[in-house]
Amino acid sequence: MYDSGKIIPGLIIFVLFITIPIWYNHGDAGNAPKPELPKDAKSCVLSAEDMRSGHMQLLNEWRDEVLRDGDRGTITIDGKQYQKSLMLTCMECHTSKKKFCDTCHDYASVKPYCWDCHIAPVE
Amino acid sequence: MKYAFPFAAVVALVLIALIGVQIPGMQYFFGVVIPYLAMALFLGGFCYRIFYWAKSPVPFKIPTTCGQGYSLPWIKQDKLEAPNNTSQVVARMFLEIFLFRSLWRNTKATVYDGPKLTYESSKWLWLFGILFHYSFLVVVIRHMRMFMEPVPFLVSFVEVGDSLLQIGAPTMYMTDVTLVLGLLFLFGRRLVNPHVRYISLANDYFPLFLLLGVATTGIMMRFFLRTDVDINAIKELAVGLVTFQPTITAKISAIFYAHLFLVCALLAYFPFSKLMHMGGVFMSPTRNMANDSRMVRHINPWNPDIKPHSYAGYEDEFREDMIEQGIPVEKGLPPKPEAETKEEAE
Repeated sequence: MYDSGKIIPGLIIFVLFITIPIWYNHGDAGNAPKPELPKDAKSCVLSAEDMRSGHMQLLNEWRDEVLRDGDRGTITIDGKQYQKSLMLTCMECHTSKKKFCDTCHDYASVKPYCWDCHIAPVE
Repeated sequence: MKYAFPFAAVVALVLIALIGVQIPGMQYFFGVVIPYLAMALFLGGFCYRIFYWAKSPVPFKIPTTCGQGYSLPWIKQDKLEAPNNTSQVVARMFLEIFLFRSLWRNTKATVYDGPKLTYESSKWLWLFGILFHYSFLVVVIRHMRMFMEPVPFLVSFVEVGDSLLQIGAPTMYMTDVTLVLGLLFLFGRRLVNPHVRYISLANDYFPLFLLLGVATTGIMMRFFLRTDVDINAIKELAVGLVTFQPTITAKISAIFYAHLFLVCALLAYFPFSKLMHMGGVFMSPTRNMANDSRMVRHINPWNPDIKPHSYAGYEDEFREDMIEQGIPVEKGLPPKPEAETKEEAE
């Protein structure tokens, strides 16, 4: 083997670099997020499954309709009327941003820009 | 055929994953066993290839130069094109690795009536090449949010920067667009340019299709087929993999497994393909050697260990035979001490 003085350190740096997640976590997988669900409300505007995959799209739609098109009409699901509003509808039941929104968003490093305009509840 | 077969291979890989995970219990196989195997193949294969290359001797000093070499004091040296010491070589390598400098010099030859041959600068390959490579780097850094808990600042910073346009929800990543654009150009070039098309082989098309497959499944999963793509379950699996306690806590959509399986195929394929230029670029002797063959003697490591053999030594070795054959010698045979040998024999 030639130039082992340069190649072996280079290779070691490469392997250490590729395996950074192993050294960084050092065997501790951390805790999976457990968002706190509202105690008194039983149903949401969509099923839990659809909310999990599509809540951000729903909120974007509501924002566009309300703010850009000026359509503040309500939506009716199972005979119950809901306002298209993050603060008045979502946060009505999910009162805590920290215990609900942030648990998952922090874990997956998702930074929604809801709170650029909305004022987060004081907690 | 050259592109039909690699394309079919990538489609087959996707189908294997999509159908495979429908079998109960196979989620663990596709989510845990295959990724570990692929990573082991990647790291083991990468080191093997580097060692294999490091064992090859470089018999001559062969830097490619395209500028004025080091000469007399009043002749200006082109330090990047003809480096003559380590720091100049490092600068040259740095620009090569980070800015793809030799692609920047790419030219296109055209023959006009006359006949007249012209060379014109052609920077498209450089542009889309660098676009693809840096996009891919950002994509890999972004994915580290799945493997690290808590997420380091650099990773979330890159992610915020990448989704800065705030288009749609989940926000569009700029690198998703540029990565696919880069790949499509690199593929289109092989189809449209007759010279490149002629020299393109199946193993040129396969990595392109594979990377396009990885990007497509990833984009589909984030923006379009979101059902059951539970990001937290995926992160639990990913963090579990790097902490050696993998768990699959929820039902994850088949498209995630297709994405993962293609990435595993890429990792396993990497060390045994042209993609090894990632390690190889550091080991190209035409780039990493200094143009100093008139200052430093380059010894060919192939050279056998030959001791000097003078004529006097040669004659000492063959004197008897030379005298026997009547060849003139400079020094005669020593007189035979016959008496002594007789005494000893007695």
